[in-house]
Amino acid sequence: MTEEPPILRMAVVFGRLLRRTGLAAGPDRVVEFVRALEELDVSNRDDVYWAGRVTLCSRQEHYEMYDRAFKVYWEGKEGLKFLGPPRTRYSVTMHDDSVQPPKKSVEKGEQGEEAVTLRYSPVDVLRKKDFAEYTPEEFAELYRLMADIGLSGALRRSRRLESASRGRHDPRRSFQGAMRTGGEPMRHRYRKARYQPRRVVLLCDVSGSMASYSRTLLRFMHAGVASGDPTEAFVLGTRLTRVTRELANRNPDRALRGASGAVEDWSGGTRLGDTLKEFVDRWGQRGMARGAVVVILSDGWDRGDVEVLAEQMRRIKRLAYRVIWVNPLKAAPNYQPLARGMAAALPSVDVFLSGHNYESLEELARAISGAAGQDR
Amino acid sequence: MSEAVDGRRGALPPGVSHSGDLDERLRERSYLAGEGLATAIFLALKLQRPLFLEGEAGVGKTEVAKVLSRMLNTSLIRLQCYEGIDVNQAVYEWDYARQLLHIRTAEALGATEDRTHFEDELYTRRFLVSRPLLSAIEHKGENPPVLLIDEVDRADDEFEAFLLEILSEFAITIPEFGTIRAERPPVAILTSNRTREVHDALKRRCLYYFIDHPGLEREIEIVRLRVPDAEEALTQQVVRAVQRLRNMDLYKPPGVAETLDWTEALVALGAKELDEDMIEATLGSVLKYHEDQQRALLQSLQFLAGS
Repeated sequence: MTEEPPILRMAVVFGRLLRRTGLAAGPDRVVEFVRALEELDVSNRDDVYWAGRVTLCSRQEHYEMYDRAFKVYWEGKEGLKFLGPPRTRYSVTMHDDSVQPPKKSVEKGEQGEEAVTLRYSPVDVLRKKDFAEYTPEEFAELYRLMADIGLSGALRRSRRLESASRGRHDPRRSFQGAMRTGGEPMRHRYRKARYQPRRVVLLCDVSGSMASYSRTLLRFMHAGVASGDPTEAFVLGTRLTRVTRELANRNPDRALRGASGAVEDWSGGTRLGDTLKEFVDRWGQRGMARGAVVVILSDGWDRGDVEVLAEQMRRIKRLAYRVIWVNPLKAAPNYQPLARGMAAALPSVDVFLSGHNYESLEELARAISGAAGQDR
Repeated sequence: MSEAVDGRRGALPPGVSHSGDLDERLRERSYLAGEGLATAIFLALKLQRPLFLEGEAGVGKTEVAKVLSRMLNTSLIRLQCYEGIDVNQAVYEWDYARQLLHIRTAEALGATEDRTHFEDELYTRRFLVSRPLLSAIEHKGENPPVLLIDEVDRADDEFEAFLLEILSEFAITIPEFGTIRAERPPVAILTSNRTREVHDALKRRCLYYFIDHPGLEREIEIVRLRVPDAEEALTQQVVRAVQRLRNMDLYKPPGVAETLDWTEALVALGAKELDEDMIEATLGSVLKYHEDQQRALLQSLQFLAGS
């Protein structure tokens, strides 16, 4: 390097590069980076590396993007080609021999019949119609309806107290009141625990066998995450992807696009047990599933070892307040949980629902908020 | 304010001018930080920014605050977060009982003619009870204190919101009293186990570092430093065994804290080397889940003993 550009400019350009890799480091962080560099030795690669890592990253997941961008910018070793959205995740090797249930055949004859009923009360028909048989126009209508489903976890007692007309004596506020009455505590004040919705954790299977449902269910997850109550969303495929951040976008189309972008294995095979294990290991056991309402949206087809799935379900059951399994196949009149995974999971499930049409999603929302009983 | 002194070296101890020096100082106090963490701490001290530490349980996040308070020769003020923690438990509280008593005394002495003056007196510093955050801001001493805000992910959003003011301004506003500003900002260390994503606004005000499990060489060095009584052969074997355990797909892989506990347990039992019987007797100090212990036992202890 003969002529070194000023630190600030380098830092700004580097910040821009980082933003393109998906690591959103705002201008304030870049300024912080410059301040850090001023305290260290700019000509030393390691100093620059650590200064940036400490100031520009704010979660562990950033480290990988940071490392790549650092290589490109400060070491000039790789081309700029890779700069798409970050795609590397914790990968599980994928095989093509995924077991898939036979595709549901849509009976043609029904088509005309429905067109007639639609004129009467389309909403009523839509409520009961299986998602797998929806037309694109009907989906548009469905999404409008979905906005009405409020998704909120069952209540739990919070440790945070709020003032109330009865409950525990609140000396602080009683004395505070006494200040106004010349030191005479005329009125006693009370407070009691506040009730808060429990966290809802939604895990949606997007493997091939769920293809007719997963997009709609993802839309449903978006409604939950966007509601503002504590909600977490994950996608289960050959691997686990957390999509809470993507789905937090208020605009549903943008949120879904973001989530689809983050998931690479749409319609692949399922290793339900392994991905659930990853969920419990990385997130659930640390606290996310503790006392939460955990909802698994899946048909229970698992190519992996069923015992793994059974064990993970037992772990989830021990952590969670309530475990709800939603299986669209359950809607069939004489459904039996024959998929081995489903059979293995059921003993650890509190509520078993179908989730194949709008009405059942309403039922799911009720089960999540605790109104529906422990019906299995 | 001692701007002249602080301006240049922040909260750094004298004689430390780059992160290498700091790494050395920490090592003298039995903490092996490594280059990355040492740089993070160096910058936190120099720029007087809070340091946000994340990582698995038992990798030494809380220990950073403890060793810093020893190195800087200052007090450690610790705030353990929990759900529902509020201003009155974390920052300050008015001592209402004393205020009432004060009113009664004044009445008894018949000194109530100057009412406004009397009321002002009720909201003065002596009726204010400090909790950890106020103590840290008001701290008087040669060196600023180390403020450890532990497991911030256990607190709720409401609490994070008022951490924001404190961590960006190092000031606390009390409506009846006014704003109390720190003469010298405390060295703030925040830790999180990631049970919950902490709000970005809070993270943005901090330097961030994720502490990972140490590699073989470094962990051996850590055990040597922290459990000097252990035989060298035992130290090596224990660390190798722990590193194997970490690769064994357990529910709760052991952290450095467990490695140290285990070594200490073995030393207490008079072990000179790790053998299968010793492992079986002490497995509970490394693996805290029944399933994990089962799995380790199935894997054959011989494999762990590494013979």
